[in-house]
Amino acid sequence: MKSFKYVIKDEIGIHARPAGLLVKESGKFQSAITLKANGKTGDAKRIFGIMGMAVKQNDEVTVEAEGADEEEAITTLKKFFEENL
Amino acid sequence: MIVLEGKSVFNDICIGNISFYKRNESIIKRYKVEDTKAEINRFHEAKEEGKKQLQALYEKALENVGEANAAIFEIHQMMLEDLDYCESIENIITTQGVNTEYAVGTTADNFSAMFMAMDDAYMQGRAADVKDVSERLIKILTNAQEGLNTLVDDVIIAADDLVPSETVQLDKDKVLGFIMQQGSANSHTAILARSMGIPAIIGLGNELNESLDGTFAIVDGFEGKVYIDPDEATLTSMKKRQKEALERKELLQQLKDKEDITLDGTKINIYANIGNPSDVGNVLKNDANGIGLFRSEFLYLENSDFPTEEQQFIAYKTVAENMAGKKVIIRTLDIGADKQVDYFNLDKEENPALGYRAIRICLTKKEIFKTQLRALFRAAVFGNISIMFPMIIAVEEVLEIKEIMKEVQEELREEKIPFKENIEIGIMIETPASVMISDELAKEVDFFSVGTNDLTQYTLAIDRQNQKLDRFYNAHHKAVLRMIKLAADNAHAHGKWIGICGELGADTSLTEEFLRMGIDELSVSPSMVLEVRKRVREIDLSK
Repeated sequence: MKSFKYVIKDEIGIHARPAGLLVKESGKFQSAITLKANGKTGDAKRIFGIMGMAVKQNDEVTVEAEGADEEEAITTLKKFFEENL
Repeated sequence: MIVLEGKSVFNDICIGNISFYKRNESIIKRYKVEDTKAEINRFHEAKEEGKKQLQALYEKALENVGEANAAIFEIHQMMLEDLDYCESIENIITTQGVNTEYAVGTTADNFSAMFMAMDDAYMQGRAADVKDVSERLIKILTNAQEGLNTLVDDVIIAADDLVPSETVQLDKDKVLGFIMQQGSANSHTAILARSMGIPAIIGLGNELNESLDGTFAIVDGFEGKVYIDPDEATLTSMKKRQKEALERKELLQQLKDKEDITLDGTKINIYANIGNPSDVGNVLKNDANGIGLFRSEFLYLENSDFPTEEQQFIAYKTVAENMAGKKVIIRTLDIGADKQVDYFNLDKEENPALGYRAIRICLTKKEIFKTQLRALFRAAVFGNISIMFPMIIAVEEVLEIKEIMKEVQEELREEKIPFKENIEIGIMIETPASVMISDELAKEVDFFSVGTNDLTQYTLAIDRQNQKLDRFYNAHHKAVLRMIKLAADNAHAHGKWIGICGELGADTSLTEEFLRMGIDELSVSPSMVLEVRKRVREIDLSK
């Protein structure tokens, strides 16, 4: 399993648009991708799950990937968070 | 005439007939099904059709309202495909043996309830998206016709609130404005109104109802009011305001993103004056290149006790961050004279304008001053903050201020609190004394900012509030203009810059004279920025 931590900079947190982009991005990988924040866990491939976590600005999220392409998934998603959130 | 009041999301006026948005909401029936597998197939087919429709809407929106506004339909597609959403629908069909319409309706209620329960206005607004997506599925399942409104004339659209798929189908050229019973500043209607630049008022309540369909109305986005069946006088005055708003809009369009530069290439900075962090939106909207005067008094006037360092820090930081690197000149507290605060316990004075005020309070009650300076130095880390001191009459005062600044920085350093060390400081030129010794003052500070209101009052010895003195008062008195010229010459002789932040700064009949004096900056109210810019761009100093 691979993971990274990231502190959300976006003013309104993980709102609909980035949540949608994240689902799209995560869907490209076979690995199971999990988002953890504020004691909650969500499947990064499910938009309602992610939006339901209500991740806000300054929250620290942990992104975990487990599967055949976990390495690649983490690299791509890390870049995604830095650019979009 | 009936007047309805709500919250405006866009400042403009429109006049026309109300068209109440008619929605054929499906009534969902629950019935038992034997073959749940076939029912699930029905769901999948409807889902595919829904995705197709959304893709078409996305493409249409992309063309009409741009990528940012179109993205919502892409998100709706994802919602339709979301595993949690689909599993919930399939589970209800299988376990309860019921029809798809009912399963979709129940899932929609559950998911939107989840969003409504969130402690975040933005997320609460997303409940409408879930409902919109689900409504689409139900319409497909029941073969209902899409509620496409064909608009014949230009109308004011009224509704409880509109969902994105409804707003995108509106013929935008025919929409004059929006009036909504509900809605929030984050609702799609509000977002759309802002991007279309048309008036919209939300939260008008149930007084706005279908019985008003077809009635004549005025939407006043400046005041957040809707006039139903307006009388003649209201109509005339609103038409006049509408015309003014239109002219202003045109001016705005032409001058946004233009440089503040004269015909011969002389540049000047046009900044804005603000009295509250919430004014920053207006500053940016009017394209000012910085804030030339941020009056810190609001922190004191709005409080029932001395504002804490933290309160001040947050206010200054917010403004600095929102201005994103553009200059923000914050004036230290200017209480006294006409601005009285109970908890300061100031004595009644014979001559408050000549009394205990502004820097005189700061240098007497140093703790108040030090708290403000600490907040300012800390906030300066987050943007381009300069500090300006009001009511200066002597070099000694500036030296004393610098001493206190040093003390404060020393304390912050010891406490290991991050702060900005080298911060630009300036003084207000608003007393004749400061003008007369501006050569000496210029050596001690980085800039001057002329407060023309007080400078005029002190130079002419005329109280602006006293109407009997109107015939003696001349806003363009030579004495005042010569004072400004003298201060400008002295600033420039020492390589410092000078601005004007009083009312005269926005007086476009003086703009040329100020430019000829070499004034480097004019700070005016946000709504005047573009008008001053217009004047600056007409001037040719080579002639």
